[in-house]
Amino acid sequence: MRPSTVAKVIRIVSGLYAVAIYGFIFLPVGVLVLFSLQATSFPIPPFTGPSLRWYDAVLADTRLTSALVNSLLVAALSSAVAVTLGFLSAWGFARFTLPGSALLRGLITLPLTVSYLIIGMGLLVLFNWAGVPKSLLAAGIGHVVINLPLCFAIIYSQMGDHQINIERAARDLGAPEWKVLLLVTVPVMAPAIFAGFFLSMTFSWDEFVISFLLTRFDTTLPVEIWNLLRSGLNPKTNAVGSLVFAVSIVLVVFFELMLLRRKPA
Amino acid sequence: MTAPLVDIRAVSHRFGQQTVLKNVSLQIEPGSYTILLGPSGSGKTTLLSILGGFVTPSEGKVLIRGEDCTTVPPAKRPTTTVFQDYALFPHMSVGGNVGFGLRMQGVDAATRAARAREALALVGLAAAFDKKPHQLSGGQRQRVALARALVVEPAVLLLDEPLGALDLKLRRQMQDELKAIQKRVGTAFIHVTHDQEEAMALADHCVVMNDGRIEDEGPPERVYARPATRFSATFMGESTLISGAVTEAKDGTITVATQTGSFSLPGTLPAGMAVALAVRPEHLVLGAAGGAIRLGTAKVSDVVFQGSFKRVLAASENDPALHFIARVPAAAVVQPGDIVAVSCDAGDVILLTG
Repeated sequence: MRPSTVAKVIRIVSGLYAVAIYGFIFLPVGVLVLFSLQATSFPIPPFTGPSLRWYDAVLADTRLTSALVNSLLVAALSSAVAVTLGFLSAWGFARFTLPGSALLRGLITLPLTVSYLIIGMGLLVLFNWAGVPKSLLAAGIGHVVINLPLCFAIIYSQMGDHQINIERAARDLGAPEWKVLLLVTVPVMAPAIFAGFFLSMTFSWDEFVISFLLTRFDTTLPVEIWNLLRSGLNPKTNAVGSLVFAVSIVLVVFFELMLLRRKPA
Repeated sequence: MTAPLVDIRAVSHRFGQQTVLKNVSLQIEPGSYTILLGPSGSGKTTLLSILGGFVTPSEGKVLIRGEDCTTVPPAKRPTTTVFQDYALFPHMSVGGNVGFGLRMQGVDAATRAARAREALALVGLAAAFDKKPHQLSGGQRQRVALARALVVEPAVLLLDEPLGALDLKLRRQMQDELKAIQKRVGTAFIHVTHDQEEAMALADHCVVMNDGRIEDEGPPERVYARPATRFSATFMGESTLISGAVTEAKDGTITVATQTGSFSLPGTLPAGMAVALAVRPEHLVLGAAGGAIRLGTAKVSDVVFQGSFKRVLAASENDPALHFIARVPAAAVVQPGDIVAVSCDAGDVILLTG
């Protein structure tokens, strides 16, 4: 075979390989979305749609819509708390010499490696002992626990030495410490802060285990979907799943935009 | 006698085990342009940080306008700093940057804008008010940093290698402007640099630092013509240094013996003292018809044409450790390998004991 033919074969094979990988990742989601548009009562082939009747059914279901609102609230508030705490700890580690700094930084990011099930169970035991009832608040606290390390890691990685002089300049011009933070550090760090916020929202938005363990009557959308699934598959679950996926996509796009937005030199 | 504007009293500073400032005392007069000149690691930047309040000295005091400011934080000091990297606020407009200090003082927005425009006009950037820092060139950012620091009317303006990041041509141009602005506003400037040309061009008062100490201070003309130590003779301009010892001293004349001959010079040092003779390049005469101090012959090792003159390096034939640095007219005929007689006038010899 001539070298150019070999190159062509290699290109075709690697193309097929890429298609296979992306297919493996996205086919389940594609099927989910496709059968959410099913016109008949079972999400199984043949495809009978497209129809939006199951989306209408989802929006008419007050349990699902109120769970959706709950999820958005928990995601937004817990992410705001996580990103605030993450920012403050990143700033502290970056600007001050702390005893055992490396160890403490390791400890703060450790929850990233612990399974949500363990964190959820731990919080369940702790809240039982402390008398905190199962609620959206409890789930929100759980989401702060899992997202704070993430926000910390993102913001800390973007907090370079070149901002030190900018903060110094603000202090030099008479700014008290809280104004330095609010008027200078936060705006300069805004891309990383928003990136942390949107990634936290993404994770909180479709988090199931912790919400399942820590909520009771009012609950979040993933838990409500699980309740729905217990009564068997129907296109409504596909429709609500597609909605969850769509919101996640939007959040991830925001995250990417924030993190990849390069500041002009 | 009026009190000095800034009075640095016996300041020492250590970073861990390393002592970076050793018992430094310095006084700054109102309205003066002071240059702290020294190589990296000489402690000049640390001294500036201590003045700005970013570093609290391990020992000693800093008085500004007669008040003890040693532990006063930067925000509450009558000093402002122009940082080496300018440290402009990237998310604010140029006007916002310049107005920041006034905003912290609680000045209302309209007054703030007016004064920021004035300060920008002072540095020749009146048109940049609404731009963002990243839209400006390095030289323009430098001016914004200067305007931002000056608009709050500090008692002392501190400049940390302000021209370090600019190319040579722009540096010389900004240098002239800095001096002009300083004269116009009348604020005392303290400027750190390692560039001796910058120091000579700008300073009213030049402070030469080395290894945590002040080696020499005074008007740049004096520091150049009569350096106090070997270090300042070689750092502030070039010098040929000849080591020797005093062998005889009487009636205000001393005899100094060196490897390349004995010379009678005016002076009152005791016999037996080790000294060095320093001669500026422009004072060395190459060739037969020279000055009274005959420094022997030397073999020319290098000739560098520098436009208006030639810089000649020559190794002494009497003392292998002695290297002459001379400056001769551009038209002079001299080539590497030539053997030349070297001499100078007694009045041009700088006697160094340090």
